[in-house]
Amino acid sequence: MQTPAPLEEYVRATSVADAIAQLEKYGEDARLVAGGHSLIPMMRLRLARPEALIDINDLDELKSIKVEGNEIVIGAMVRHREVLDSPLLFEHYPIFRECEKVIADPVVRNRGTVGGSYCQADPSEDLSALGSALRGSVVIQNSTGTRTVPMREFHFGPYMTQVGDGEILTEVRFPIRPGAGSAYEKVERRVGDWAVTSVGTFVVVKNGVVEDCGIGLAAVGAEHFCVPAAEEFLIGKAPTEENLVQAATLAAEGCNPSSDQRGPADYKKHLAKELTLRALRRSVQSSQGA
Amino acid sequence: MRFAVPSNQAKEPDMQVTMTINGESVTKECEPRTLLVHFIRDIVGLRGTHWGCDTSNCGTCVLWVDGEPVKSCTMLAAMADGREVRTVEGLEQNGQLDPIQEGFRECHGLQCGFCTPGMMMTGRWILDNNPNPSEEEIREGISGQLCRCTGYHNIVKSIQWAAEHPAENEVKA
Repeated sequence: MQTPAPLEEYVRATSVADAIAQLEKYGEDARLVAGGHSLIPMMRLRLARPEALIDINDLDELKSIKVEGNEIVIGAMVRHREVLDSPLLFEHYPIFRECEKVIADPVVRNRGTVGGSYCQADPSEDLSALGSALRGSVVIQNSTGTRTVPMREFHFGPYMTQVGDGEILTEVRFPIRPGAGSAYEKVERRVGDWAVTSVGTFVVVKNGVVEDCGIGLAAVGAEHFCVPAAEEFLIGKAPTEENLVQAATLAAEGCNPSSDQRGPADYKKHLAKELTLRALRRSVQSSQGA
Repeated sequence: MRFAVPSNQAKEPDMQVTMTINGESVTKECEPRTLLVHFIRDIVGLRGTHWGCDTSNCGTCVLWVDGEPVKSCTMLAAMADGREVRTVEGLEQNGQLDPIQEGFRECHGLQCGFCTPGMMMTGRWILDNNPNPSEEEIREGISGQLCRCTGYHNIVKSIQWAAEHPAENEVKA
């Protein structure tokens, strides 16, 4: 039987400011718990041993999906199921629905949160690939104020992010790109598993030329879940099959996967190329200017 | 955060947790680290909810918290404080089995029965949100739960049976 180590304190935060105050009170031995679907398994395995848990499930201020100016803003406490079901997100980026549909399973999606997924920073996290592809940003708050960090600077490495002690990720933001097409491709061993490899892309085609694009890859050791060289190659070129193949080849070359129980490294590289190509093709097809 | 070291600490002080379980308010003491599945089974004494893989993979511990199915091995009892919980014991109403229970009986939806409570709780939720689900929607709905006996076929049929035989107080869409 797996049971977490004894916890000194369990407290419910009543506001973001209160959550920060509680984090400061308990210091580095405190952890926020949202959906708990990463933290509690880690606590049961004693990989994580916080002394205080600060429950942020009551923070309604972090539960909205909205448009602010030219950005989509998703609160940290928004559950995976709400992202999957959101007509607003689907309207701007079909990638949200495609990506969420392959994250965990329906029951887990009822609990798991957007903020939790980003802060857990699993190297196979699908939302991290999506966030990097769309060049989103995260907002981090502490007792002195807030700062906005681009997704492509958010990770120090696997499971390590810019969110420090006494800080909370409050929302993630994505630029709206009119006419963008987007798609998500994932290969997993079985429903609900982490990716063997997954790739998300968006493409904006204007006048027969790729005006902008983004490619995000999870589980293949791409730094910050992206390979900018592949994007730079494609921007300004016609979205021909030949150019898409070349971009996908560059994306795969920029990955550094490890062999593990989900597959050998060369297979994951193969998938990185193939899935990038498939996602790019569909993004181009659904871009309104194509 | 500290990393795993053997704990010689004495048992931590208990906390008091109050939640509504199948419509009744229940107050019990538990440790802050107590998982909801153990609280329900060992402290409240409702053994219908099963405890399986401990890793949020198998889904036999699924119950409802505030109207949504969750894997109760991946939630602390403290996190359910003040919330509304529904377990498999809460399916039956006034001595009448829920159609989902009838469906599992009619269609032989179980063999060993270990996954059944979680399957029925998720099945009930699928039908509450979509009274006429397709086979694909049912399979997707239960995709986070494992059955090692039936091959899922009869579980899907049982949920379909329940969809075709709603209780009188349910509105058939």
